[in-house]
Amino acid sequence: MTISVNGTPRSFAGDPRTSLLDFLRRECGLTGTKKGCDHGQCGACTVLVNGVRINSCLSLAAMHDGDAVTTVEGIGTLASLSPLQEAFVRHDAFQCGYCTPGQVCSATALLDELALGWPSFVSGDLAAAPEFTDAEIRERMSGNVCRCGAYANILAAIREVLGREVVDARQQPQPQEQAA
Amino acid sequence: MRPFDYQRADGLDHAAQLTAQPATRAIAGGTNLLDLMKLQVEAPGTLVDINRLPMSGIEDTPDGGLTIGALASNTATAVDPRVRRDYPVLARAILAGATQQLRNKATTGGNLCQRTRCYYFYNIDQPCNKREPGSGCGALRGVNRIHAILGASDQCIATYPGDMAVALAALGAIVETTSRRIAVRAFHRLPGDTAHIDNVLEPGEIITGVTLPPSVGGTQLYRKVRDRASYAFALVSVAAVIGMEEGRITHAALAFGGLAHKPWHDARIEDLLTGAEPSDALFDKAADLLLEGAQGYGGNDFKIPLARRALKATLREATSAEATGAVA
Repeated sequence: MTISVNGTPRSFAGDPRTSLLDFLRRECGLTGTKKGCDHGQCGACTVLVNGVRINSCLSLAAMHDGDAVTTVEGIGTLASLSPLQEAFVRHDAFQCGYCTPGQVCSATALLDELALGWPSFVSGDLAAAPEFTDAEIRERMSGNVCRCGAYANILAAIREVLGREVVDARQQPQPQEQAA
Repeated sequence: MRPFDYQRADGLDHAAQLTAQPATRAIAGGTNLLDLMKLQVEAPGTLVDINRLPMSGIEDTPDGGLTIGALASNTATAVDPRVRRDYPVLARAILAGATQQLRNKATTGGNLCQRTRCYYFYNIDQPCNKREPGSGCGALRGVNRIHAILGASDQCIATYPGDMAVALAALGAIVETTSRRIAVRAFHRLPGDTAHIDNVLEPGEIITGVTLPPSVGGTQLYRKVRDRASYAFALVSVAAVIGMEEGRITHAALAFGGLAHKPWHDARIEDLLTGAEPSDALFDKAADLLLEGAQGYGGNDFKIPLARRALKATLREATSAEATGAVA
């Protein structure tokens, strides 16, 4: 069977126990995607499958025949970072960096989901397009854990790319912007 | 993970035939099953991948209801405009569960079959009648903060962990399978002395979808009380569909999560509320009915007063929202 990974067809014929995560890391050599908990709790393994974010640790490679997978390597390169990756750098949205590929993949999908008008648990009106509040971003990123606690800066990076300065009633005073 | 044979179902009949075999499990999203297989809580000899079967649609029914395919993702259901408009309690319940990544993969059928999150069930070094019948129940005299206060047995005090099915139970939805139609309220079972059986599905019987009756409107709320603001299972949850006219409750449908081995439904509460004028005294009587026979096991004693408060708060919110014409 063939799985398209960042636009390149890759064949898979391995042990059916192989998770999509292990396939990407071991067989494709794409080690950007990280293994954290391996149980769908931390989000470090988040990738996009046919444009939708999933935990690659909780999916078998064998179930992805014909699917198009995008990993962090397919989102940007060192020479050409995506706007979100640039914002992560600008806002220092990481410390150790282990969760960052998952955060970037997750946030990339989040932008699409907001554009599609998908509601979240904190959306006030299910019928209306969701607002771009900090509470919305936090809720939508709750599947990506950062043990260094870079959340405030991850939030700032995503907020910047959302293109709006968001005022959220529950928001604490904003962290000072770092000089570039 | 133990080795297994991977097979892809060619059609529904093929899938039913394969899954009728012993030690065979169907896999859809896999977010619960693979997690359990990694821990060897589940160790099927054969996995039947049903993801290619055409059961992911969400279709109108002739009578004005909606059928949600067994393979519709939780996200697809929660963002569907008809679900958001006519069954907001369902959209809210789904959005209250898990994370976006998990909801994108999890399916209607898989979510219904989600297994308990009891710590003893998850730890193969511990006794658990659900995982290994006859081995005992570690939770009964152990750590039991998340456990059942209603309908438990001396064999098992696990809870059904999902949110979606609680809303479906309140809405009176029907589970469609390859051989019959089962009310969601009758789909999950109480543990009794066969705690290893979560629901009434027979071997080889596959869920094809869930049918919602025509919407009754009203105020629809899903109140979930949990340890974290996001991505945590319910300690107590309440799904409510409340209609009001001229200061009286004309329609009440309620179901509860986190309290039992199944989404809890008690028609006596709905009978009490229907036709009555909302008041704190009435809501207390409703809670009395809900909690009649409730039993804590130490760590989960707090759920008894918590369930009372959650129910009362939900009813207050629903009846005042209706009174002021607000829409949930």
